[in-house]
Amino acid sequence: MITRRQFIHDGVAAFTLSFAAPAFLSEIARAQGARSRSLVVVYLSGGNDSLNTVVPYRDPFYYSRRPAIAIPAGQVLQIGSDPAGKVLGLHPRLTGLHEIFNQGRLAIVQRTGYANSSRSHFQGTDIWGTANPGNTTGLGWLGRYLDTLPSPVDSLAGWNATRDTPRALAARTVAVPAIPDARAYSLSSPNGAVEALNERTAATRIASHVPSDRPHLSFVNGSVRAALETLDRVASVNLYAPTVTYPNNGFAQALRTVAGSIARGIGTRVYWVQTGGFDTHSGQGNAGGGRYGTLMGTLGDGLLAFHNDLRNQGLLSDTLVLQFSEFGRRISENGSAGTDHGAAGVMMALGGGVRGGIYGSAASLDPNPGNPTLENAGADVRYETDFRAVYARVLDGWLGADSVALLGGNFRPGAPAII
Amino acid sequence: MARENWQVEHLLRRAGFGPSPTDLLRFAETPASVVVDHLIEYQRQPDDVDSYIGRAEYVSVTTRGGAFTPNTNIDDARQRWLFRMVHSERPLQEKMALFWHNHFATAYTKVAGAVGGVQATKMLAAKPGDLPGPLGQIELFRRHALGNFRNLLVDVAKDPAMLVWLDGRTNTRARPQENFAREIMELFTWGVGYYTEQDVYAAARVFTGWNLRQIPQRANNNDPNTYYEFFYNPNQHDASAKAFTFPIYADGGRTIPARAAADGMQDGVDFIAALARHPETARRLARKLWSFFVSELYAPDPAFVEAVASEYLSNNTEMKPVVRSILRSPWFNSPDMWFTRYSWPAEFVARAIREVGWTGFTVNTARAALVNMGQTLFEPPDVAGWELGAGWFSTGAMLARMNFATTLASNQRFNLAKAAGGSRVSPESLLDFFLFERLSPSPFDLQPYLELLAYVSTAPWTGSDAQVNAKTAGLARLVVGSSEYQFI
Repeated sequence: MITRRQFIHDGVAAFTLSFAAPAFLSEIARAQGARSRSLVVVYLSGGNDSLNTVVPYRDPFYYSRRPAIAIPAGQVLQIGSDPAGKVLGLHPRLTGLHEIFNQGRLAIVQRTGYANSSRSHFQGTDIWGTANPGNTTGLGWLGRYLDTLPSPVDSLAGWNATRDTPRALAARTVAVPAIPDARAYSLSSPNGAVEALNERTAATRIASHVPSDRPHLSFVNGSVRAALETLDRVASVNLYAPTVTYPNNGFAQALRTVAGSIARGIGTRVYWVQTGGFDTHSGQGNAGGGRYGTLMGTLGDGLLAFHNDLRNQGLLSDTLVLQFSEFGRRISENGSAGTDHGAAGVMMALGGGVRGGIYGSAASLDPNPGNPTLENAGADVRYETDFRAVYARVLDGWLGADSVALLGGNFRPGAPAII
Repeated sequence: MARENWQVEHLLRRAGFGPSPTDLLRFAETPASVVVDHLIEYQRQPDDVDSYIGRAEYVSVTTRGGAFTPNTNIDDARQRWLFRMVHSERPLQEKMALFWHNHFATAYTKVAGAVGGVQATKMLAAKPGDLPGPLGQIELFRRHALGNFRNLLVDVAKDPAMLVWLDGRTNTRARPQENFAREIMELFTWGVGYYTEQDVYAAARVFTGWNLRQIPQRANNNDPNTYYEFFYNPNQHDASAKAFTFPIYADGGRTIPARAAADGMQDGVDFIAALARHPETARRLARKLWSFFVSELYAPDPAFVEAVASEYLSNNTEMKPVVRSILRSPWFNSPDMWFTRYSWPAEFVARAIREVGWTGFTVNTARAALVNMGQTLFEPPDVAGWELGAGWFSTGAMLARMNFATTLASNQRFNLAKAAGGSRVSPESLLDFFLFERLSPSPFDLQPYLELLAYVSTAPWTGSDAQVNAKTAGLARLVVGSSEYQFI
């Protein structure tokens, strides 16, 4: 039998701390450099079919292995050829990215991945998150970066514009808020005026308790505190009036929220945006139509709106967008006019500081098992650039961090000079 | 009806959706072992919960101008499931249905994209007998809630929603489809590490011809009387032998023999039986059940995993003895395990409604709130299901929980104030009413307890109706929206 006294834990035994919310959070943000650079990571969830994103439209095997879903050569958006001389084109619905490419602000890194690529969504996503193919359960590469920021770390140093916190943002000391839409990020009360304020004060104080014997409770209290501390500043983003019209879909609206946060000088270093549906096992379609065309349209149109909005406000030079997916897909289409899980994929970087162009060499799609650019008996594309080399370039060259320490190894040699 | 039977309370939170005030009264003196049987042998309780939908003394559902159509409209299907979580006399059956929904995570959007919203809802949620066609996937999970895992796997492999979701409907001899073949090994049974890419190819060929057909052919998808059903198409089955890197047969044989296409369905049955009875499948299920029933804060005790795996294997993959042994185990019953599981949003919502109250409240409100909490029923983020545990508690999701507490507390303000009755004499007794009678949060340490008390006492206590109405709603919101309440 448990008594009421036992139920209310004895306050003497419990080691408690109070976290007072800093009075001038925005000053902390400024001290950390509100005009500092921000990184916007765009994750295409499900395993993007990179061969239909960046199309090797003169490779005869591309057409023989994808009779139903190959993009006709006449419809690709031409971007020239890669350093090895392979001619490439973008998916016809990527008109937005094509425009940015032509302005020299889009870098395409072909055949990114790692040895023994996981074909599992979940393991693959975790590997890209931890940046460690040998450990899929640790902290994330961006979380480890946030952990290096000087204390106290502003509660909006990271901004996750999707609902669930991805592995990449898992940090030891920094709780990254999830704010897919600033307009839905508000607190309601059953009572009005003074009572509502009393409640918010009580909620803040209750959550300031750190029960060291119940770390899980401390963790959830951390989420409550982070929510309450960030509410008012996030509310200021609600008033943001963009300079362009964003498409009406979740991805573009998340980018709109990110642009608002950048324009308001919130001081966030790392944003996370994602868009799903890339697990195209069936009905991909070929040129403009089909599911894959819709995905490409969403991606390209959203990023173009974001790019133009920031450019119009002179903010493009402070912003770097980095796009990735957990794996590429099989070269040969399956019987459902789709593609199954494959290996290496494509990464892209976009922004004012980007050196545009095509990096890395395209694979030859010749199914001959001896083809060195493929793996799995000619079924999948073999990686050429380790994805951690791209991370290293971003950490060192953009965020001013030490990639060797954060990635647990030196991936600088061979890193593409995208920025 | 105060909180006194802590062991039973724990059981009702874990093996159900929390204790309602009626439950606290009903089971006040009942030993936990009796309640375990009550929950496990749920076939002894009535299965008529759906017939209470629309009655005033139950939580409401909201219809959009027309009739309530949970077999053909996914939002109504979500409301019906939430209604069941709140009111079912068979809470463990609903709880296991939720467990299997996460295990075999199938999302409405892709299915609806392929066959339209009416057929997709039927595939996921149709109740047997209501409309022509097979039962919905969630009914499969209810039927097999504590049934045989091998049989459940076979039925899932033939389930129309699954055949669309993981593309089995297009798995043909000429072009084997790997999607279901991979996930049945990676996610539904033993997990990565026990098979190779060659096994994925072979498994894809095993299920060639396990397709779907529309009845009648080329019918209008919007006609609720038409349907899709599983169809084994021998012409599309790859009848040649399939070699695996692991044993398929009890004698250690690793090759499914070539057999006549007409008999080719046996390939899949053999393959599923091999996966179901593999010790690694038993261990993986044991670990998942540990996290679901026992604790998410402590790693699965290896002794528990071996005991549960052995219970599963020695009972021919039957789940009822497995879950019964867990609920009776010392691990489950240790007070150290109380409140060591993060509640899923659907559990949080159902429990809050059961404890705060429901008269005049509609589950449609909960349905919308669940989207922001990160758990839309019938819409898991991917085939691996939801990110459980601490993953539920991003700031945005926690904000959504606090806001749901507000909505519910506002709605139930007068019911609560009335129920508080004599507790209005002092701030302490009003707070006691919430912490020890009405709600079942995990223990509050002294400091946050005093903060709650300070909240009730912001003005001198008069016990006036206005004061009680305000503080009652405020306290319900603060407790239900507290971190202490998020654990079960």
